[in-house]
Amino acid sequence: MSRSLRINLVLLAGIAAAMMLSLIAGKVWIPLDAWVAGDPRWPIIAELRLPRTLLAAMVGAALGLSGAAMQGYLRNPLADPGLFGVSSGAALGAVISLYFGYAAAPLLLPAFALTGAGITMAILALLVGRSGSIIVFTLAGVILSSVAGSMTALAISLAPTPFATSQIVTWLMGALTDRSWDDVTLALPLLALGCVLLAFTGRTLDALTLGESTARSMGVDPMRLQLLIVIGVALCVGASVATAGIIGFVGLIVPHLVRPFVGNRPSAVLLPSALAGALLLLVADSLVRALPTVSELRLGIAMSMLGGPFFLILLLRMRRRLA
Amino acid sequence: MSVLAAENLTLNLGGRRVLDAVSASFAPGRVTAVLGPNGAGKSTLLSCLAGLHTPDAGEVLVGGQPRAALGMRDLARQIGLLPQDADVHWDIDVATLVALGRYPHRARWGETETDRTAVVRAMAATDVTQFAARPMTALSGGERARVLLARVLAGEPQWLLADEPLANLDPAHQLDTLGCLRDVARGGAGVIVVLHDLNHAIRVADEVLLLYDGRIVAQGAPADVLTPERIAETYGVSSHIGTTPDGVRFIVTSHMAQR
Repeated sequence: MSRSLRINLVLLAGIAAAMMLSLIAGKVWIPLDAWVAGDPRWPIIAELRLPRTLLAAMVGAALGLSGAAMQGYLRNPLADPGLFGVSSGAALGAVISLYFGYAAAPLLLPAFALTGAGITMAILALLVGRSGSIIVFTLAGVILSSVAGSMTALAISLAPTPFATSQIVTWLMGALTDRSWDDVTLALPLLALGCVLLAFTGRTLDALTLGESTARSMGVDPMRLQLLIVIGVALCVGASVATAGIIGFVGLIVPHLVRPFVGNRPSAVLLPSALAGALLLLVADSLVRALPTVSELRLGIAMSMLGGPFFLILLLRMRRRLA
Repeated sequence: MSVLAAENLTLNLGGRRVLDAVSASFAPGRVTAVLGPNGAGKSTLLSCLAGLHTPDAGEVLVGGQPRAALGMRDLARQIGLLPQDADVHWDIDVATLVALGRYPHRARWGETETDRTAVVRAMAATDVTQFAARPMTALSGGERARVLLARVLAGEPQWLLADEPLANLDPAHQLDTLGCLRDVARGGAGVIVVLHDLNHAIRVADEVLLLYDGRIVAQGAPADVLTPERIAETYGVSSHIGTTPDGVRFIVTSHMAQR
């Protein structure tokens, strides 16, 4: 059995265990023997915990995979799926719906967020044009992301009521609280399509290890690759933000966690990153529910709190290697 | 016959004419050394032949067909390019890197027996088999250069285009690599190699293409092309051509002023 296969199986087993934990854990702990249709606690499992668990796994997998693909594409271990502006664009869409108070209607907020993600993706595609150039792509992403960020800040400062302000600020922190099956059915096809597109980039990302022009001489079509990356990451990130808000660091951290086990080859990192992303988010989401805080700790905050120390460790390891 | 040919290739980059109506044809089974001073257009010619630049005028013919008629993958299967100063962005191991050379051939999922054989053969030909499991960052400059050559050979191209493949090698490995290029040509592929050392060209090349300022100055057998007059015209150095007791020709160059 190859090393990659073994890691993937271990991660799958971990995901199964984490899903069990996610169904059990929370303000109300629901032991396994309550998992029958007649039990009064069953609706909590079926209507709240199950969609939430599935969303955590799906969003985590999509973010992990997007991060691995982005790092491979940009050949930069610090690349993050948020880098090219689609998550900021999706967040802006959601913030606009909150600003106008539409969020009470079901699915209107995710619809706005997806529209924001779609518009950002279209502008990005227009900006990079037919160049296929990675530098243009990165710069265009940074511009879009800062423009969307400033518009979001504008919406916060001009919000009509303090309530809207607090709603926006809270939403921006990302969480999986009170998600329903509607969110699952909305996100699943988009995330699945995005992941499939990104899965097709693997070998081309490997070829890109040798640099852009050498990869072209090997038959890589930079336009096609860029299209797969832009659409794949946009679908994954857009649908994730639409259902869970901004959850940073997953896409950034996860590829680093799996590389020591599967090596640095970009295609070898993709699948384990998706699995580890799902695992990480499942565990983190169970933990924030189980923590004895008055109001639930937002998942997005928990992830950023993990992210800082993680980078410190990464830095220390890098420094030791350079020394 | 399958020939790689440039017809009236003209290319401007950044307002400068880098290639000016370059016409040349390359035959399989032969080593052609592309020579000329810095900035003569040697690397650009190679890039053009490999399809990385689209010429402003003229065209590249691969086996009689215009290059544009071939898909990128088809072209990549026939032409392998070894660029100068190749980057390796992830610290992968040597065997993985060499296997990247199979990219234009491989089926979408998994590698075939043919792929594995080609990789093993390429690693043996460049004498890097013993490093197979080592990470790229643990190699010396010379070892790295040989691994990168193995990557191109693993693609079993009909045309090997190598841009200064000897730059980081010690004398022994320079000779080994030249021998390796000869073997590739003996195996039936056409080898086009940019060289700076005229002695290497004499040693390895069946034919020499001398470029100056984007134009072909001379093309032919090394002994005919590399005369002291032409060397002075193109490189601006004076030269002495001699023969060692065992019959190896050599060129010693010196500054004009010393003449």
